[in-house]
Amino acid sequence: MFKYLKQLTSLVAMVAVLFTFTTESMAAKKSKTLKNTQKKGFVRCGVSQGLPGFSNADAAGNWTGVDVDVCRAVAAAVLGDANKVKFTPLSAKERFTALTSGEIDILSRNTTWTLSRDADIGLTFVGVNFYDGQGFMVRKSSGITSVDQFKNGISACTNIGTTTELNMRDFFNSRGISYEPVAFEKADEVVAAYDAGRCDTYTTDKSGLAAQRTKMKNPDEHIVLPETISKEPLGPVVRQGDSVWEDIVRWSLNTMIEAEEYGITSANADSMKTSDNPQIKRLVGAEGEMGAAFGLDNEWNLRIIKQVGNYGESYKRNIADTGILPDRGPNELWTKGGILYVPPSR
Amino acid sequence: MNFKLKDIGPQLMTVIAVVLVFGFFTYNAQVNMENRGIDFGYGFLSQESSFDVQFSLIEYDGSHSYFRAYLVGLLNTILVSVIGIILATILGVIVGIARLSPNYLINKFAAFYVEFFRNIPLLLQIFFWYFAALRALPLPQDAEAMFGISFLTIKGLFVPAFIWQNLNVFLYSVLAAIIAIIIIRIHAKKLQETQGKQIPVLLISIGLILILPLLSFLIGGVSLSFEVPVLKQLATTSFIYEGGVSLPPELIALALSLSLYTATFIAECVRAGIQGVGKGQKEAAASIGLTPNQVLKLVVMPQALRIIIPPTTNQYLNLTKNSSLAAAIAYPDLVLVFAGTALMQTGKAIEIVSITMFTYLSLSISISLLMNWYNRKIAITEK
Repeated sequence: MFKYLKQLTSLVAMVAVLFTFTTESMAAKKSKTLKNTQKKGFVRCGVSQGLPGFSNADAAGNWTGVDVDVCRAVAAAVLGDANKVKFTPLSAKERFTALTSGEIDILSRNTTWTLSRDADIGLTFVGVNFYDGQGFMVRKSSGITSVDQFKNGISACTNIGTTTELNMRDFFNSRGISYEPVAFEKADEVVAAYDAGRCDTYTTDKSGLAAQRTKMKNPDEHIVLPETISKEPLGPVVRQGDSVWEDIVRWSLNTMIEAEEYGITSANADSMKTSDNPQIKRLVGAEGEMGAAFGLDNEWNLRIIKQVGNYGESYKRNIADTGILPDRGPNELWTKGGILYVPPSR
Repeated sequence: MNFKLKDIGPQLMTVIAVVLVFGFFTYNAQVNMENRGIDFGYGFLSQESSFDVQFSLIEYDGSHSYFRAYLVGLLNTILVSVIGIILATILGVIVGIARLSPNYLINKFAAFYVEFFRNIPLLLQIFFWYFAALRALPLPQDAEAMFGISFLTIKGLFVPAFIWQNLNVFLYSVLAAIIAIIIIRIHAKKLQETQGKQIPVLLISIGLILILPLLSFLIGGVSLSFEVPVLKQLATTSFIYEGGVSLPPELIALALSLSLYTATFIAECVRAGIQGVGKGQKEAAASIGLTPNQVLKLVVMPQALRIIIPPTTNQYLNLTKNSSLAAAIAYPDLVLVFAGTALMQTGKAIEIVSITMFTYLSLSISISLLMNWYNRKIAITEK
């Protein structure tokens, strides 16, 4: 009797040890950021202070834009509801500190991916949701149609704390043009100063120029010059040190882009579950265990597509239909002549 | 022994609490920075900054170091603070005295000015002067010349530059004039105390400060010419002035709003100081035959100053700290250049914010020490 009891206890102990082991490894997979997000019930997302097409709030405080949609996708994946996002508008200057200090968990604020930002300051870029480049805007009446016409003494309005400031210096220096940089903290003030005539040109990412142009008193009086002086791959950023959360954000973005590639839209996502193509089935959670690795259920990607839509839908809704950049340019799928190309979900 | 413990106990506990709190924050920051792979260190200060600044008192461009960028920001902060303090003091004293004027119009106008400007948030005033007033200024090509040589435009104020020959001789002559004036003043004071004689010190001083530098032009080989700004076309409708000195509109707007705002508080200090001197003092001074000017200079002001100086020091400190609002209108002060651009480009948040805080602290303490020294100097010395 005692003999059996001893065996029984050791068995119970073994099971208990095994059980703790498995729960622990499950918990380890669940990231700390994910756990906190699920506990709070919303995704904390840092966005711009108002850039039409990317992240912009309407009068009722509803945020829209392609950057906003990345956060909504993550909310749909981890919380099941794309609206459970708390947006924090940040200036270019504040954005990285807000992320590293833990005030927000995703920074999706038209932020350029560079080596020093990725490696130096405790951040990790997870992908690119918009391929951009820096350009210049001038008044039509100035007669300038190319950057070749810039002369010594030109004044350029821009934002502080951006790659723009550095590119501008490289550009003017390489051409030997002396210039007056006028750098403001907020984009609205840059636009106001340029619009008032303080500067001859306004320089930032071309998408930003196109978006801000819509805010000016007379948008038709301004043109964006054709030249692009830099590469600006814009994408979402997370804190270094939580690789599971990093993967969740990365694959939420990838899911949106890949969904477009396979023709899955918010409207037809449910019906795609019975598709013959296994890749499509994986993208709508009908095949494989795609969520388990993140500590999520199997329909996380289906929810993204259903609630937020694929990348093409997001682009059309936010950037094309609003007249900011109707032409997708490099932000078209690789199969259609663009450079959007993401690794496969499998 | 018991008595001693009771004495130092609370203090010891306070010290321990402070050390623990600071220790906790330091430890916390260290752990979190390590987790995120952020290095701590001030080595970045010697790296190339690679960004340009609009307006600088020392030679600077992106090929200089971050430390140089810090100096640029610091000097710009000091520049706008000094201009602000001087303008605010002059305006504040005038308005403060005007508020005590028996003239109804002057009195009410001064009161209106004080109530209006001190009750509107400073940031709004800065925005007003920069954005609203700036839009009203003409474009460079439309600007009317002031005195034929200066131009106030939306791109800034363009004034002629002085081109000196033998500037050092001129400076020596000014220095000599100042020394001569000091000697004469000391002599005049002694003369009055020992023999009761008065000599016209003011007239002699004005004469000296005019005549000596003038002599340096005539016989010292000093000459002065002006470089007048010239309009240059950049594109069909875009112009700029070249040559001369240009003051950016950001500096003008900031200095103007800071001094208009702070002057209201200084005016109130001045009014309070003058009203704080008893009426009997003035009557007594008048009764021994002092002229109204002498009453103000010898009896009222020395006593009023003791009341005016300490609160005015506060206003100087406020003005210096308020100058950090410059970031809103692109004036490249310490906050914009160093705690803004440099912080963004390096990501060294803790280092840069701590340096910036320490710098403002040092600036404020310097002003404080200077004003305290002046305050002690004019305090009544009890005999």
